[in-house]
Parts: sequence; C-alpha cells; structure tokens
Amino acid sequence: MLVLENIGKTYSNGVRALDGVSLTVPIGEIVVVVGGSGCGKSTLLRLVSGLDRPTDGRIVLDGEQITAPHEKIGMVFQEPRLLPWLTVADNVGFGLQARPREERDERVAAQVARVGLADKAGVWPRELSGGQAQRAALARALVTRPEVLLLDEPFSALDAFTRTDLQDHLLDLWHDGEPTLVVVTHDVDEAIVLADRIVVMRPRPGRIAAEIAVALPRPRDRESAAWDAVKRQVLAALHGAREGAREKATEDGGAMWW
Amino acid sequence: MVADADIAALDATPSGRARAQAAGSARRWRGVGLGLIVPVIAAVGWEFFVRAGLSDGRLVPPPSRIVETFSNLAATGELTRHTAATVLRVAVGFGLGAAAGTLFGAIAGYSALARSLVDPTLQALRAIPSIAWVPLFILWLGIFEASKVALIAVGVFFPVYLGVMAAIASVDRKIVEVGRIFRLTGPAMVRRILLPAVLPSFVVSLRAGLGLGWMFVVAAEFMGAAEGLGYLLVDGQQLGKPTQIVAAIVAFAILGKTTDWILVAITAPFLRWEDVVAHGEAR
Repeated sequence: MLVLENIGKTYSNGVRALDGVSLTVPIGEIVVVVGGSGCGKSTLLRLVSGLDRPTDGRIVLDGEQITAPHEKIGMVFQEPRLLPWLTVADNVGFGLQARPREERDERVAAQVARVGLADKAGVWPRELSGGQAQRAALARALVTRPEVLLLDEPFSALDAFTRTDLQDHLLDLWHDGEPTLVVVTHDVDEAIVLADRIVVMRPRPGRIAAEIAVALPRPRDRESAAWDAVKRQVLAALHGAREGAREKATEDGGAMWW
Repeated sequence: MVADADIAALDATPSGRARAQAAGSARRWRGVGLGLIVPVIAAVGWEFFVRAGLSDGRLVPPPSRIVETFSNLAATGELTRHTAATVLRVAVGFGLGAAAGTLFGAIAGYSALARSLVDPTLQALRAIPSIAWVPLFILWLGIFEASKVALIAVGVFFPVYLGVMAAIASVDRKIVEVGRIFRLTGPAMVRRILLPAVLPSFVVSLRAGLGLGWMFVVAAEFMGAAEGLGYLLVDGQQLGKPTQIVAAIVAFAILGKTTDWILVAITAPFLRWEDVVAHGEAR
C-alpha cells in the first residue's frame, strides 16, 4: 500500500508546488492524476519516485518511508530516456545488472517479447520509432517487477493512434503482475480508459480537487454513454478546479491554466 | 502500429542495408581517390621538372631523392632510432597529459565547487603559450627527456581537460535520473552513465590532444636533442640537407595520421551507437 501523508513541496526558488496532498493507493490499483500544467502532478510523481524529496509530509510504501529511489518503485518518463549506447535488450536489462547473467537474459528476452519488440532486441534505440521506444522504456521499468509503477505523461508525445494502442497495451501488461500504477496525464480520455480512480488536481499550489471512482467494466467502450457520463464528471471537476484557481489568481491571467 | 511497421520496413531490410553499405564504401574510396589527385600530380610534376633539368631540385628535392634518403636512413637504422625516440616521447607525454587532463576535467565537470576552484587558474595557465615554459622546464627538469615529455604533456593536457570538463558538465540530467531510478551508486553511475555519455567528446578531445602532442614534440626536440625526428630537422638545416628535412616532415605526417587513425580505430567499436550524419549514410 502506497500512502501519501499531507505532502507539501516548496522549491528552492520559493514556488509552492504542492500543498497538503494526501492519498492512499492500495496494491494493484490504477490511479490516474489529471490536471493542467503547473498543478504539481509531475512534482507529485517525482516525490513518490524518490527523485525529489517532499518539504512536508511523508510518503510511505508498505510501512517504509520513501526518501530516495526504491527498488519496489519503477518509473516511466514522458520521454523514453533510453541509453543510446545500449541495445534495446541491454536497455531493458539495465536495472537487472545485479542478477545472474542467465536469469537476466531470460527475463529481458521475455519482457522484450511481451512488449512486441522481439525483432528489435539487438538494435540501437535510434532505430526505434517513438512508440517502439516508449514500449522499450515500459519494458525496462516492468522487467524489475516493481510493486508500484509511476508513469509521467508516458504517451503524450505520441500520435493519437499509437497512443490509444499503447494505452491498451499498458492495461494488458498490467495483468502480468498487477502492480500499483500511478499515471499522470492531461488527457481525460486516457485517464478514463486506464483508471480505477481519477484524482483531479488544482493549481497554485497543487492540491487534490476531486477524486472520481471509475467503475466502468473493462475493456472500456470509448463510445458508450457511461463513458460520456464519466467524462462529463471529470471535465466538471477540472472546470471547478479551474474556477477555484481563477478566483484565487485573477490578476496573473491564469484562466487558461491547462 | 502502422507507423511503427512502416519505419521498420524502411530501416531494416537486410538487402537495403547491404546496398547502402556498398554505396557508402564506394563513396569513401571515391573520396580517397579524389583527395590523392592533387598531391600525386604535384609530386610527379616536380619529379619531371627536375629530371628535365629545369631545376636542380637542391632546395626542393623531388620525390625520388626523398625516397632515397628514406631508404638510406632506414638502411643505417637511423630512421628507426629517431622515430622510436620521437614516438616514445609523444607516447609518454600524451599518456601523462591525457591522464591529467581527464582527471582534472572529470573533477571540474562533476563538481561545480571544484570547477570554481581550479578552472580560473587552469584557464589562466592555458593562456600562456606553452613554448614559454621551455626555459623553466629545462631549469627544473634538466635538458634530457623529462623536460621534453613535460612540454608535450602540457600541450596535450589543455584540450583534453577542456573537452572532458565540457562533456561531463553537459551530460543530460534526464539520463542521469534514469541511473538514479535504478539506484546506481557513485562509481556505477560514472561507469554505466557518465563515461559512455562523454565518450564521443572524450575521443574528440584526445584526438585534438594527440595533434598538439605531435606539434610539441618538434618544439621539444628543437631545444636540444641528440636523437628524434626533430633532431633530423635541425641537423638537416644546419648541415644543408633539405632531403633529410623533407623526409623527417613526411615521417611526421605519416606518424601523425597513423596514430590518429589508431586512436579512432580503437574507440570506434565503442561509438557505433552514435546517431550522427557520418553513420547515417552507412546505415
């Protein structure tokens, strides 16, 4: 279980990015954090990953406080961030260095095949398309079998078609070990297709504005009336967050904050 | 997925790859051939010019006499002795200078505090023409090998230092974060992230350093040496033997080019991943 207790983050330049964020995520739940830019959702993910440390509050995973990157927590960034000097297979196996060679090769081969890159295992990252590179990044994070996988706008740089494909693929991969997923996005449809629960954030400073449980059966039909109902609910929450932000910050022209 | 498949089809058909490689090597040989036209015409032309009696070729010896001098020097073992002396000086000087440049460059690139501490001083020292050190080095280290090697090392140090420092300071933070996510400790971070990331610029700075090393070995051997290719230059000037001077110059050209090629050949296997224009056509 991942627990965020009253998290706050103030950057060294004085900007208050997050304030009083509390969230409890049981094992295996898919939580999607939505909100416009500047509402601290990426900051939140970096704190959970251990790359940055919160100014206030605690992040606890299975009773252990997270203060630095942790072996049970994996991360997929907005960009693939593959190491250009390693082949796709070596990139995927990057986090398994401490394992015996045989086990590593076996797990890497299985994971590479699982994300559909078996024929690309030996090539350099520069030879991959954007979608393939992001799938390799997914494989790199999943091959260590993390308990919690964090994804920071993982598909936002891809074209709409590849993005939809990768969303379905991510859900498929999730079934392998059913890790806890915390996904940050600004795409409402992406949130609805993935989430068990959607957390809507509001800016200045970043706080949780609303939490919406998504009880639609899977696989989810993007054309259904139930989908539209959830979408309206999320958009209304985003709108409410925006209105709240506008009341607080009329002077700095923050109306179009997303 | 359609997009992915298309790109794969463009990139990876084996026959297409082989064709592109064949075309690339044909282009390279054509480049070599074109580059040879001017020097070969000049050499052959001068040879005919002298043979026709239009010049005695004493101050500007024709290729045949240079080859003759070369073979004479080689036959007496002189060429080997002088070349070995020079190569040894360059090797030791380059080794010391490159090692020191790498070390200081790595420290200054890694730590902003270290950079503020040592970089201004080193930049000030860099502004000194390195030949100006010669008298001091002779006083400190004597007139034999140590002062020569020190001068070469100083010449090699600065390009390597600057290259390594700039390369390390500009390693992408995003890639370093990947290392942090996988909990790499300091040495592992250096070995698995920083070193590979800076390797391309490191090779460039080593090549620049090596070029300067060859430059400074001549200066070092000018200041008094009993052997070495630089000694052949001075000796040729003092005894009026222009063929010996040109032979030594040609030897420098061959050695400089060869050592640079060796450096590139040794490092090439580690840089195959680089996505650069030169590789683009070979792909």
